[in-house]
Amino acid sequence: MTPATLFDKIWDSHVVRSIEGGPDVLYIDRHFIHEVTSPQAFDGLRTRGITVFRPGKTTATADHNIPTKEQELPIKDELSLKQVETLNHNCSEFGIEYFGINHPKNGIVHVVGPELGYTLPGTTIVCGDSHTSTHGAFGAIAFGIGTSEVEMVLASQCVLQPKPKKLKITVNGSLQKGVTAKDIILYIISKISAGGATGYFVEYCGTAIEALSMEGRMTICNMSIEMGARGGLIAPDLTTYEYLNRIPSVESRPDFKSLLLRWRSLKSDEGCVFDRELVFDASKIRPMITFGTNPGMGMAIDDTIPGAESQGEGKASFLKSIDYMGFKPGEKILGHPIDYVFLGSCTNGRIEDLRAFAQFVKGRKKAPGVTALIVPGSKRVEQQAIREGLDKVLKDAGFELRQPGCSSCLAMNEDKIPAGKYAVSTSNRNFEGRQGPGSRTLLASPLTAAASAITGKITDPADLLNN
Amino acid sequence: MLKVKFNILESTCVPLPLENTDTDQIIPARFLSATSREGFGENLFRDWRYDKTGNKNEEFVLNNPKFRGEILVAGKNFGCGSSREHAVWAIADYGFRAVVSSFFADIFRNNSLNNGLLPVVVPEEFLKRLLAMIREFPDTKVRIDLEKQDLILLPTGESLKFEINPYKKECLLKGLDDIDYLLNIKEMITAYEFRNSLRQ
Repeated sequence: MTPATLFDKIWDSHVVRSIEGGPDVLYIDRHFIHEVTSPQAFDGLRTRGITVFRPGKTTATADHNIPTKEQELPIKDELSLKQVETLNHNCSEFGIEYFGINHPKNGIVHVVGPELGYTLPGTTIVCGDSHTSTHGAFGAIAFGIGTSEVEMVLASQCVLQPKPKKLKITVNGSLQKGVTAKDIILYIISKISAGGATGYFVEYCGTAIEALSMEGRMTICNMSIEMGARGGLIAPDLTTYEYLNRIPSVESRPDFKSLLLRWRSLKSDEGCVFDRELVFDASKIRPMITFGTNPGMGMAIDDTIPGAESQGEGKASFLKSIDYMGFKPGEKILGHPIDYVFLGSCTNGRIEDLRAFAQFVKGRKKAPGVTALIVPGSKRVEQQAIREGLDKVLKDAGFELRQPGCSSCLAMNEDKIPAGKYAVSTSNRNFEGRQGPGSRTLLASPLTAAASAITGKITDPADLLNN
Repeated sequence: MLKVKFNILESTCVPLPLENTDTDQIIPARFLSATSREGFGENLFRDWRYDKTGNKNEEFVLNNPKFRGEILVAGKNFGCGSSREHAVWAIADYGFRAVVSSFFADIFRNNSLNNGLLPVVVPEEFLKRLLAMIREFPDTKVRIDLEKQDLILLPTGESLKFEINPYKKECLLKGLDDIDYLLNIKEMITAYEFRNSLRQ
């Protein structure tokens, strides 16, 4: 047999039919939906007079526009309320499992899927959300789709998809102090740009990736889309099996042993061919921060913003971006005052992120001028944090643990960063206005966010870890 | 369900040379709370079209009366970021029928094709020349012939072949829909599920 990549093995085993010269009909094992990108898809089903083909394979959560305070009360914003109620209504009408606001399993769709054991190695997963790539951390083919495609999956459990090319990204070596999974992915994106992996599906390998926890791997795969990749995956290994073994609904499956055996075959064969390969040295990575308005505009936290002349054709876009941020080419931003800190999102809203942040701020105090939004990724993360006493640690340091949701990552709810204000954010996008009209986002790791919250300025976490 | 057919489009163009235009700029998240597909054109490029107080930003190309047309010509990596199909709905609702760039983000390209908005990929060098030409001569007309996969600069007659997946081309020409296709192969999908259950 020809040696195959892990991606090929999973993709090919899910092709129902290949259309000549066209896309593949790809079978989807697990479909997640949320309130923002699904209503028009359900309307489409009604217009056609059809029903959901396999309702048991779709799961819904309300996450994008919900408030992260007083979730017990009715949602105040009328449009948000209508959207959440529409999702609830659509799920009851079509028999879809729904974790609404206040449900013990509610949370950000990409945090909920893995923690409930819905995300399994070797499967295909889609959701009307670009950060669906997160689930690739378990060795799954997971990617974001548009609403027309959500309708396709609801109608047929399949999507028509052209097969992407394959990109292998290897990261070898050990990480320096204060450097996290978030810094690895921000570093990679800064090297290959925000569109550099367009048309590709990534497999991440190498010793630095293997050393990461499942949470860290999810952070890496999550941001695959930020370099344009269709998605990113990591071959399952002991870390993956142990994580899944801790989830009761997975561990108690009668076929768990045979699943484990099958998962062991999920790796790229020796001698398989990728369309492109890149290798990075983990020991060269410093804590990273972005200075512009796309995730490719990142640098080591103590570095200087590049000069405009180095940008070639992109000079005008580069200058517009730097100007929006209130920075200048050639400027150093370490020590620049900040106004907000956001810990949360499907990138860094898991329990490990809250632990890292809490441990860092323990015994310290938040800078008085900084407003912090600490938002758990799910109800389960929130409850776990409370069980571990993280809420108290945070409170003693001047922070408040809010309720779960996408929150300030895209600011569809009231968690907005005001115009002109600087936010060190653990989310995934620093686009203009992403965190509210005029907001200025500096993407970074939970450790950098914690260090900056304490000092009130952009701070290298390694400097405080040394003390 | 039959959608709008696409065959030949002849129009002037609107130039947007910026690179990496993300879908948050095309339609900001605060306008995504609608539960229908209509009306998004009003807020297309909202924060570039209007300033904080709601006044028109005269410098933005959509507010420049010199530039009109059904073809948007944009810098590379157009439509990156969020998967929101609302971005395509907004562009189409505003009145564009094709977008030309040197490359599109994958999800945006799929969403466009699923809504009859034609994404046309041209070489970077050509894009640069096209943008310069439109800026100098705003009445430059471009003809896009989907059947022949030709993009023609009408003033000079220069023509360029563009790529499109044959299946998608057929769908656009005939106004066909992926869901009709999938519903027609339901038996095949069920058979796949059966084979797969045996394999497990």
